[in-house]
Amino acid sequence: MRADLLSDPLDGVGEALAAVAALDQALTTGLLRPQPAQAAGLAALADAVSASPLGSKVAEAADKAAAGAAGEEHFLFLAAARIALFGSVHDALVARVDQATGRTRQEWTVPPADPGQAENLVLAARSWLADVARAGWQGIDHDLVSGAEPVISALLPHPRLRRLAALLDGFAAELAASCPGSALDRIPARRWGDLWSRALLLTVPGATDAPTSTVSGRLLPLGVDLHEHATAAQAQVHAVLEPVGGTPFLVRASVSAPKPDTIIGAGIWQVLRPHMSLLTAVSEGRSVELTDMPITAEGDLLWQDEHARLGEPADPFVTARVVLPTASTPPTAPLDRHPVRIAVPVFLEGYAAEQTEDVLTFAIGGSPVGVDTDRVPAGPLTPEAVAGSNACIGLLRWDAGAFRVQPLAVETTARKKTVALHAGAWAGGAVDKVGVKAEKAATDAATVLRERAGRLLRK
Amino acid sequence: MSDWESASTARVLPPARPRKLAKVPFVELADGRLQGVVSSGSDIERVYVSSIAAGSYEFACSTNNNRPCGGARGSFCNHIHALITESVLQYGVDRVARYLRVEGTDLDAPALHSLMLASRPSQADSAAAAQVFSRFLRHLAYVELPPTTSPLPELQWFPPTRSVV
Repeated sequence: MRADLLSDPLDGVGEALAAVAALDQALTTGLLRPQPAQAAGLAALADAVSASPLGSKVAEAADKAAAGAAGEEHFLFLAAARIALFGSVHDALVARVDQATGRTRQEWTVPPADPGQAENLVLAARSWLADVARAGWQGIDHDLVSGAEPVISALLPHPRLRRLAALLDGFAAELAASCPGSALDRIPARRWGDLWSRALLLTVPGATDAPTSTVSGRLLPLGVDLHEHATAAQAQVHAVLEPVGGTPFLVRASVSAPKPDTIIGAGIWQVLRPHMSLLTAVSEGRSVELTDMPITAEGDLLWQDEHARLGEPADPFVTARVVLPTASTPPTAPLDRHPVRIAVPVFLEGYAAEQTEDVLTFAIGGSPVGVDTDRVPAGPLTPEAVAGSNACIGLLRWDAGAFRVQPLAVETTARKKTVALHAGAWAGGAVDKVGVKAEKAATDAATVLRERAGRLLRK
Repeated sequence: MSDWESASTARVLPPARPRKLAKVPFVELADGRLQGVVSSGSDIERVYVSSIAAGSYEFACSTNNNRPCGGARGSFCNHIHALITESVLQYGVDRVARYLRVEGTDLDAPALHSLMLASRPSQADSAAAAQVFSRFLRHLAYVELPPTTSPLPELQWFPPTRSVV
C-alpha cells in the first residue's frame, strides 16, 4: 500500500466539510427561532450544493428554515444536501484509497429505485426528527427525546425497517443520556448531524431498496468487523469471493440483531452466531462454498445458511497475501456514500510500529498511519499484540480528517514462531481460557433475561 | 473544532459494564429516576419495581401486582439497596451520582446509599411503578426481536468497545 498518498491533502474536502459544519452549527442551536448566524450557515449549505440537481430545493429549504418556518420536507432537503456533500467527500477519499491500494473499483450501474408511498410508521419518525431539528442539540429535553420511543418500538419488529430502527434507537439513547442539552459543555455536532440526516434520508420511500442477484464460488474470509450500540449489534465479515468462472472481488456478509443493553462482549456473538454459519467458518479458519447466494450490487451477501457449505481450511493471511491484491472492489450505493462507510480491507507488513502515549502508528515505507486499536472487540487481539505485530490485515477507514487502520488480525512472533491473532476469534465460539469464562458469564446473563421474558412478557 | 466534535464516530456513551443479572435483571437511568426491577428471593413469579428520583431521592418500591414493599416504609428497602449497587456496576459510580445529583468525593455504592438516606428522602406513591414495569417488558422484548442478514450500514457509526462479559 502507498501510505504516503494517504496523508496528502485532498482538493475541496475542506470546503465541503465547512458547509456541513455551517448546518451543524444551525442544528446545535435549533431552527425554531433562527438567528442571523444560523441563517448564514443555512445559506452557506445551499450555496455549496447550488450547482447540483438538489440546488433549488435546498435553497428554498434554507430560506424557510432561516425564517423559522421549515416543514418536514424542508428538513429533508437540508439533510439531503448534507449527505450529498459527504457523498462528494466519500468519492474523493475512495479515489485516493484506490490509488494507494492499486485496486480497481467497479461502476455503479443500478438505476434509482421507484419511490413508493411512505408508510405511517416512517412518517412518525420523520416528524420526530423535525421536532429535534427545531429544538437543536442545545434544546433537547427528556420529553422531546422520549417521543422517539413509541416510534422505535413500532419499527423494530419489521426487519425491512431495521436500518431506520437501529439507527434511531442508538441516536435517541445518546440524546437521552445528554439531556438537558442546555447543560452540555461540548456537543458531538458532526456525529449527531450525521445520524440526524441519515435517519431523515431513510424515511424516504425506496431509499433502502437494493436489487439483488445471486453468486456461486469460493468465499475466503479475511476477518470480522463488529458494530454495536447499547441495544443493537452487527457482525460484518470481510472476504474475497472467487466466483465460478470469474475474477475475485471483495464482499461482505452481515448479521445483526437488536439486543438488551446488558448483553455485551461474548454475549453479542452468542446472539449473532446461530444466524450465520460463516461466523463459525471464520473462527475455524475455513473457506465457504457458496451456491446461488443472494448478493447486492454493493457486494453485500444476503446470507442464508442453505446456500453455504463449509469448505477447506483457508488461512486469512494467505488470502491477504495472495488473493487480495487481485480482487476488485464493488461500488457503493449512491445514498450510502459517506466517509464512515469506507472500510477497505488492506494487508500490511514490513512496517515499524511506534507507540507514543496512547497513540499507535505504523510507519509504512516511512509514512505513518494511525492504528485504531479501540475498534477491536474483546478477544485475543489486544492493543499490545497489535503494537508488537509484524503483519496486519486491517480495514482502512477515515474519520475526523485522517485515515486510520482498524486491525482485523495480526501476525506476531512468539518463541520464534509466527502466531496469528484474530479480532473475530470469538465469533464462532471462544476456546481460550478468558473467552470460555466470558462465554459462561454471557450465557448466564442471557438465561436470566430469557427466563424473565418467558415468565413475565406474555401475561 | 476538536477532533471529538468533528468525528462521525465520536464516543458519546461509555460502554456498558458487565454485571450478573440474576438478582436485578433491569436497571436504568431514565425519566429523571434511577429505576429498575428486582427479582423476589422467595417467589419466582414476583418482581419488585423500585425507583429513586434524581435530586429529591424520593423513593418507591412495590411488586409488579402493585402491592407495596414491606421493607420500604420510611426508609430504603433491600431492593433499593440492590438497585443502587447494580446501577453502579452497570454505569459506573460517577454516571449514577451525576444523574441522581449526589455530590461527594470518593463515592461508591454504599456512600451513595448513605448520602441519599441522610437527606431523609420522602416516600413516593407507586404511580411510576406501572411505567417502570412496562419499560422493563420493552427491554425484555429485545431478546425476542428477529435478527437479519441484510446489512445495516448505519451501524458503521457505532464502533465496538473492548468490554468483556
